[in-house]
Amino acid sequence: MSERKLPPVTQIGMTSLALIVAGGIYLSAHLPHHVPLGPAVALLSASVLLLAGNLLSLARVSGFPWRRFFEVARWALVAYLIIAGMIEYSFLRDHLSGGPLIVLSLSLLVFAVHVPVLIGFTVARYYEPDEETQAAAVGLGRSGA
Amino acid sequence: MATVAVPERVSPVGAPPAAIGRPDFEIVPRRGLILVAAVLALLIAAIAANKLWPLAFFHFVGGASWTVIDLFLGFVLGPIMGRLSVPARVEFTSRLMPKMVLIMPTVVAATLAAGWQLGVHLGTVQTSYYNHGWTVASFIVVGVMAVIALGLLEPANIAVLVELKKPRPNPQVIERLMKRFMYCAGILGAMQMATLVIMTKLTVG
Repeated sequence: MSERKLPPVTQIGMTSLALIVAGGIYLSAHLPHHVPLGPAVALLSASVLLLAGNLLSLARVSGFPWRRFFEVARWALVAYLIIAGMIEYSFLRDHLSGGPLIVLSLSLLVFAVHVPVLIGFTVARYYEPDEETQAAAVGLGRSGA
Repeated sequence: MATVAVPERVSPVGAPPAAIGRPDFEIVPRRGLILVAAVLALLIAAIAANKLWPLAFFHFVGGASWTVIDLFLGFVLGPIMGRLSVPARVEFTSRLMPKMVLIMPTVVAATLAAGWQLGVHLGTVQTSYYNHGWTVASFIVVGVMAVIALGLLEPANIAVLVELKKPRPNPQVIERLMKRFMYCAGILGAMQMATLVIMTKLTVG
């Protein structure tokens, strides 16, 4: 198993997810009282920055098997958008509005993007360039995920 | 389910590659998606109706399933799998993991979505609830579990299945990813003990 030099995408992704989870806990722990949004906005901003940093650092990796990454990540994105949509529905059902709704909705968006990135990255990191060519030739990507 | 033989990658130089028998499988079992869609539709209906019994049903059944699966995977199946031969592990993995791809996200979504709505219905998520500290503790435990499950466990689950689908799966990659999956399941199993403590406390008050 050859080791390609890769940025710490999983570690940064988990930190980003932990930040939005912390923001969500902070907001939900104060219901139904009005809560200062500053800490939640700060956590969300840091999470977004980590997501952007993760994508940028991955984009700079030469020879990364992007075809394989997108084959997996796009279906994961569909699945996690459905899950995020269900959670968003739950927020609206409970008449959440204003600042907390915006912060939580954006947090859901970060979640729905970052998890597929982590799944796509974990799959693609174990692909060698020659394997990607072979997989494309035999249509492996159409056989499952 | 047909079994296919795939050449093993880690054979000595010059020797013909050894074959690993693994069942042919779908990474995401398409027929299972119908069941998942039905469960999610019923879950949405339960949340929309906001009635006590359907919400409690989804939360209790989902929560019990989640806890039992994590404990069983982490503390029973994990150690057993660690002692299996590589071909046996590959065959077992290719039969187990596609089911886990569908079961775990569905069970977790049902538990958390119904649980939150149940908390809203009963008022246990509000700061005025006398055991509010325990409710917040449950948020924290679930939050940590979610980060581990989403960031480590689920990607490892998918990656091991994609590796098994390759014309020449790499046993080292499968072993590394399965180890990660089982360690995560073990940690989640241990955290489920904390969930049990919190949930029983919230139930009896």
